[in-house]
Amino acid sequence: MSKAYSSHTEKIDVEYVAHLARIKLNEEERERFQAQLEEILGYVDQLKTLNVEGVDPMAHPFPIQNVFREDKTCPSLDHEVAMKNAPQKRNGHFMVPKIVE
Amino acid sequence: MNYKVTIGLETHVQLKTNTKVWCSCANVYGHPPNTDICLICLGYPGSLPVLNKEAVRLTVMTGLMLGCNINTYSKFDRKSYFYPDMPKNYQISQYDKPFCEGGGVEIDVDGDRKRVSLTRIHLEEDVGKNIHHESASLIDFNRAGTPLMEIVTEPDMESADEVFAYLLALKQILTYGAVSDCNLEQGNIRCDVNCSVRPADQKELGTKTEIKNMNTFKGVYRALKHEIQRQIDVVEKGGVIHQEARRWDDLAGVTTAMRPKEYAHDYRYLPDPDLMSVVLSDEQVSKWREALPELPAARRSRLVAEYNIPEYDAKVLAADKAIADYYEEAARLSDHPKVVSNWIMTEVLRALSEHDRGIQQIKISPQYLVDLVKLVDDKTINMPSAKEVFNQMFETGENPSTIVEHKGLVQVSDTDAIDALIVQVLEEHPQSVGDYRNGKKNAAQFLVGQVMRLSKGKANPQIAMEAIQKKLNS
Ligand SMILES: [Zn+2]
Repeated sequence: MSKAYSSHTEKIDVEYVAHLARIKLNEEERERFQAQLEEILGYVDQLKTLNVEGVDPMAHPFPIQNVFREDKTCPSLDHEVAMKNAPQKRNGHFMVPKIVE
Repeated sequence: MNYKVTIGLETHVQLKTNTKVWCSCANVYGHPPNTDICLICLGYPGSLPVLNKEAVRLTVMTGLMLGCNINTYSKFDRKSYFYPDMPKNYQISQYDKPFCEGGGVEIDVDGDRKRVSLTRIHLEEDVGKNIHHESASLIDFNRAGTPLMEIVTEPDMESADEVFAYLLALKQILTYGAVSDCNLEQGNIRCDVNCSVRPADQKELGTKTEIKNMNTFKGVYRALKHEIQRQIDVVEKGGVIHQEARRWDDLAGVTTAMRPKEYAHDYRYLPDPDLMSVVLSDEQVSKWREALPELPAARRSRLVAEYNIPEYDAKVLAADKAIADYYEEAARLSDHPKVVSNWIMTEVLRALSEHDRGIQQIKISPQYLVDLVKLVDDKTINMPSAKEVFNQMFETGENPSTIVEHKGLVQVSDTDAIDALIVQVLEEHPQSVGDYRNGKKNAAQFLVGQVMRLSKGKANPQIAMEAIQKKLNS
């Protein structure tokens, strides 16, 4: 794969990013993602060189605003249906490994 | 050494809507676990949240009541973290464009008035509820997606008392605006408390700690009293305060450090692409502004002005909107609004708290309370009888005149009848008569009591007192 964009100047901490996403990477993946992520950041660097003076930042590509719902209840899922995918359940609850704060 | 204390609060308030903030599941407390949930509040891939308009109105109304600036442009962002009570692994909140900024809450601590400034108010979603067991944790997602308003103060408060006053004032305003039920037992209001201390002559703030997830005002007060002293003790001993989250143990009366989370606070906010931004027109905001209810401070002044009652009474009555409403209904019907206020502040509030009821459940109509006041005023019954009548009215909601008639409580003001009783009492209690004549004037009280007893509580105590004094002094 040819490099389309110049590499990012700062080295990205792939280990940290993987931790935030709660995924485990092996050595080969770490190296592969290191290169790919740096390439992505390089592209962002390239975007940063564009002159965007007078352009408002936008949170959304669509020019749509004020999408509301009226405050009226609709039936929720059947309890049994809602719990169907739960790997473990007890007394109507989803059961997970003990959470330590 | 003298220390200065700096406290800021983040208060989470559940909004009183019919439905959740992104889906049409019911927003109610107390249903069986996991019965008010759907694909959206369970965070299923492909499901799309749609903003509840009422949640926006209530958040903006709160901002208007608290004097905030309302942002015409707001948006929603994802706050990423992993916790089992958050099925999407991010919470939808507002990062840089909340609905409201600035504003403040007026507080009064023993006559010292001040304004606690607000930083912002934003709208987000509540998370599910965890129940921790020995070997596992159970999760109920009914609460997930409940509209939650976060009200953030500036670090403006300097004592536990100020914080307590702030929370009470805030709760009053939110209740007046019908924004939230503000039911603490049901977790409608929860707060995180940031607190630091520094030597009085030091300019820069000390390191702060954060006491997480407090759900009673009394708990906040006690936790702060403890945490402030703990920090001072650490500093006195030359120690260092660590910036950390702490937990309040109500039974032990101490705060303890929570296990520091690895990589804490890397929430990686990003605009939520599933939700469109909100643009509020000036017309919309002014319409809501015009619909603002009368707030507690205005109510207090008006009660003083309209019914000529002391500030103290106005403060007690206006503390609860429903009580103030009840009072006004009665006061308008009475020639003695101050006496009505006395009855509500003493007997009504006492009886309600003894029976653990709210004013909404009271059986005594405002008209009957006024009738009772009138029966005392025109001396048909005396005060002890009135209290007896009141207690029965509280149980049954009956007309006070009917009770007076049934119980035969009409006061005896006939001096001849009272004189006859006095003669009997003086004969039976020569000791007290002697005491009185030897200067123990309060022996007369005892003798009046005996007259009341003989009359089965029906004698007019003033007339009895005057007659006894007249007899003994002659
Ligand atoms: Zn739902």
